[in-house]
Amino acid sequence: MARLPASITELVARHGPHPTREPAGGWATRGEPDRVVPTHCCFCGQQCGIQLKVKNERVVGFEPWEEFPFNRGKLCPKGVKRYMQDEHPDRLRAPLERVEGEGFRPIEWDAALDRTAREIQRIQSAYGRDAFAVLTGASLTNEKAYLMGKFARVALRTANIDYNGRLCMVSAAAASKKTFGIDRAANPWSDIPRAKVILVAGANVAECAPITTDYLWQARENGARMIVLDPRMTPIARTADLFIPVRPGGDIGVFNGMLHVMIERGWIDRDFIAAHTTGWAEVEETVRRYTPEYAAGIAGVPASMIVRAAEMWGPAETSFLLHARGIEHHSKGVENCLAAINLVVATGRIGREGCGYAMITGQGNGQGAREQGQKCDQLPGARDLENPAHRQYIADVWGVDEATIPHTGLSAVPLVEAIHDGRIKGLLLICFNPTVSLPDGGFVREALSRLEYFAVIDFFLSETARYADVVLPGSLMEEDEGTTTNVEGRVIHHRKVVAPPEGAREDWRIICDLAGRLGAGDKFAYGSTRDIFEELRVASKGGVADYAGITWERIDREFGVCWPCPSEDHPGTPRLYEGGRFAHPDGKAHFQAVDWRPAAEETDADYPIVLTTGRVVSQYLSGTQTRRIGGLVDQYPQPRCEMHPWLAEKIGVVDGDFVRVESRRGAVVVRAHVVKTIRPDTVFVPYHWPLDRSANNCTIRAIDPVSKIPEFKICAVRVAKADAPSGEEAALDPAAGGIR
Amino acid sequence: MSELAFFIDYSRCIGCQSCVQACEECDTHRGRSMIHLETIARRDSVQTAPQVCMHCEDPICAEVCPADAIKKTPDGVVQSSLKPRCIGCSNCVLACPFGVPKYFGEVDQMMKCDMCYDRTSSGRRPMCATVCPSGALAFTTIEEIMRTRQGNPVNEWQFGNETVRTKVYVLVPQEVTRVDVPLIQISNLSRRPHAPADPYDVAALLEGS
Repeated sequence: MARLPASITELVARHGPHPTREPAGGWATRGEPDRVVPTHCCFCGQQCGIQLKVKNERVVGFEPWEEFPFNRGKLCPKGVKRYMQDEHPDRLRAPLERVEGEGFRPIEWDAALDRTAREIQRIQSAYGRDAFAVLTGASLTNEKAYLMGKFARVALRTANIDYNGRLCMVSAAAASKKTFGIDRAANPWSDIPRAKVILVAGANVAECAPITTDYLWQARENGARMIVLDPRMTPIARTADLFIPVRPGGDIGVFNGMLHVMIERGWIDRDFIAAHTTGWAEVEETVRRYTPEYAAGIAGVPASMIVRAAEMWGPAETSFLLHARGIEHHSKGVENCLAAINLVVATGRIGREGCGYAMITGQGNGQGAREQGQKCDQLPGARDLENPAHRQYIADVWGVDEATIPHTGLSAVPLVEAIHDGRIKGLLLICFNPTVSLPDGGFVREALSRLEYFAVIDFFLSETARYADVVLPGSLMEEDEGTTTNVEGRVIHHRKVVAPPEGAREDWRIICDLAGRLGAGDKFAYGSTRDIFEELRVASKGGVADYAGITWERIDREFGVCWPCPSEDHPGTPRLYEGGRFAHPDGKAHFQAVDWRPAAEETDADYPIVLTTGRVVSQYLSGTQTRRIGGLVDQYPQPRCEMHPWLAEKIGVVDGDFVRVESRRGAVVVRAHVVKTIRPDTVFVPYHWPLDRSANNCTIRAIDPVSKIPEFKICAVRVAKADAPSGEEAALDPAAGGIR
Repeated sequence: MSELAFFIDYSRCIGCQSCVQACEECDTHRGRSMIHLETIARRDSVQTAPQVCMHCEDPICAEVCPADAIKKTPDGVVQSSLKPRCIGCSNCVLACPFGVPKYFGEVDQMMKCDMCYDRTSSGRRPMCATVCPSGALAFTTIEEIMRTRQGNPVNEWQFGNETVRTKVYVLVPQEVTRVDVPLIQISNLSRRPHAPADPYDVAALLEGS
């Protein structure tokens, strides 16, 4: 098994996670703030407006920001408590160097950066440029995402850079690009309350995008009917007009079945299809087989539900489709999205008020961070890395020879596989905690232990950073200035609220310092993140994601600007595809016919139950931040295995018993949570925790052939009653992977 | 425009606990939350319900207080107990029909929701109703509620023979004008009719029942 420089209990004792329950300085001394700074939440893709209170240059609290139009002061519990990270005792305040058998010791910045540059050069000259890889994240600002892509291609000249958006938005992105030619939600959220029917597919809105709940409820107050597809009855499904408890992976059955019924009953817009689309004949041919009965067999629900869904969706005057990871985290994730989008295009209900669709971005900058060129196949402006004209344009912006820009590299999962099998020897990682968030966790940990050199930039010592040779202490969102792009494609401004703690540095300065040591300093001579944004505007100009007309001043004045915005006198584009004009060269939407196929690993006699994974409202992604905030930890202290009473009875388990959920790859031992709100053939374990409590010990390293997203939502497991875990790690605080 | 009022729509609640987390942040009861978020019966449903102080016109908590520690402001907000007076007897905790007051042993005092008096008295909205992402809690005018919500706002409750009027409104179906809570004799509990059969049981839905 993987090597760590000290035992887990020793590392946890020194670096956490330690949940903190009081603001900096304690409750009593807080008093009136010195200033209140309007900015945005650092967590999910909603990017809610929030004001942070500062006292003595420390963030000590928050105040809702009711003027910001997207959330008008509303916040989820993560937003309420996020401010507790700033003065957190676990914050890294000096670069750390691994000491075998002891853990980590603090070292000087120069020593840490020099060593990292030296190791990069050693590995690249010994094994080739691509042997050093970069993994990044979608919680980085646009400026930092842009910088990481440029750093990999210009300073390192490695093909191998990818990001954790690979675990998040790529299926939705690929599907949108195929059908519409643009990877972005088609509509602003203000269109949701204007729709008469809403289809929510694979999106636990109440827990993963809580602010969107009010938009859904407002639509229903206006008379909208709501259909929800989910294997679990989530809080928004509870009162939905139609809840379809679809079998994990059965979504195409519902979508194609609905379309079959809609064609039969004449609820499609043939004029729109003729004028504005291609590929309809193939779709019609494919869904002909999807009678409600056939579709129901795939979907694992009664045929009547599919007919009912078609009856609600088909004849509606206006409609809105929302989808998220529930249909996207599959080895057929792109196809699932395409089948859903076909329901939108077939009715012609897109590109006008109250009519359209959106993917719900998961990560803080889930939208923007995938446009600035840190994906393995992409250049800034959502440009294509293999398009000669795109390459030449960016080469000119960067002042490099086009031929020096590497071609497409490995996406996140194959990249970790290349580390495991020794093709990649060195790694720089920022804003990513793959030991918790990637599938097949045991394999990931083993891979990291094989690296010759591993450098991590983070503000806390994440479970992944424990494997590092050098850790460089970086900055929180509120300790640097920049922009993100929210779920609507709205570019917004994160203000610098306080400086990073002494000893830590802004991430962009760390990268620029490294680039300088690698001999590329002239290409990274930025004085501020605004300089980076100004270059990003130029780099994106003329691209799909065109930020050329967006300035920080405009963002502040207009509460954000939606791309594409090609010039400063352009109003931005909240709603795409108006007038049925799509973004492909022919101006049409391209229908994609999709047929259902099985998951990479279906259940069998040995592993008879489906494990599906997801999130809880009080935790964010791999928990590096939220497992350090006491109030959020207390709300849902440790993962539990949701199962239906039928299944519980069958395996002799009652609520609160320990169960072992085991796949062919690994196991997780957690308490059973016996509830009637889940399909009896499926169990659910949230994934935010590390070590023996990581649901990703079980999940499968299968990826979608187009988007390369892992299949987090389906793997085959067996579940059995287990003894209470014991030993040092089980005795840890639950936030650190222990259990109570 | 009429004055701002507090509205609860239980049907909107998603159980996220933003209200609980935000209430803790108040500088008058640091780290302690005054709002209740009830999980109704998690085995059967994900239903949850937030409960703030309803601010009764004739507050029962104050009536039963032997120390006269609970006061109502002229604008109808029932305050937490006065620290110098509260004797920690918990009469109020037992008497409140909504289950609102909480006794905190570490300070030997009852504390409860005061509708964020520090905020509302300076023109800001209560914290829970500001952050609530589902709109289950709202602090606005009755006109705005009538314009944007289907439910009917009511503030009259019937507990057995007792009628209670509250400053806080709850949204109920259009045809309802008062919330009736019939009294149940404890001795009759075993004969209480069972709830309708599992409307939220996914297995039952799959069987088409």
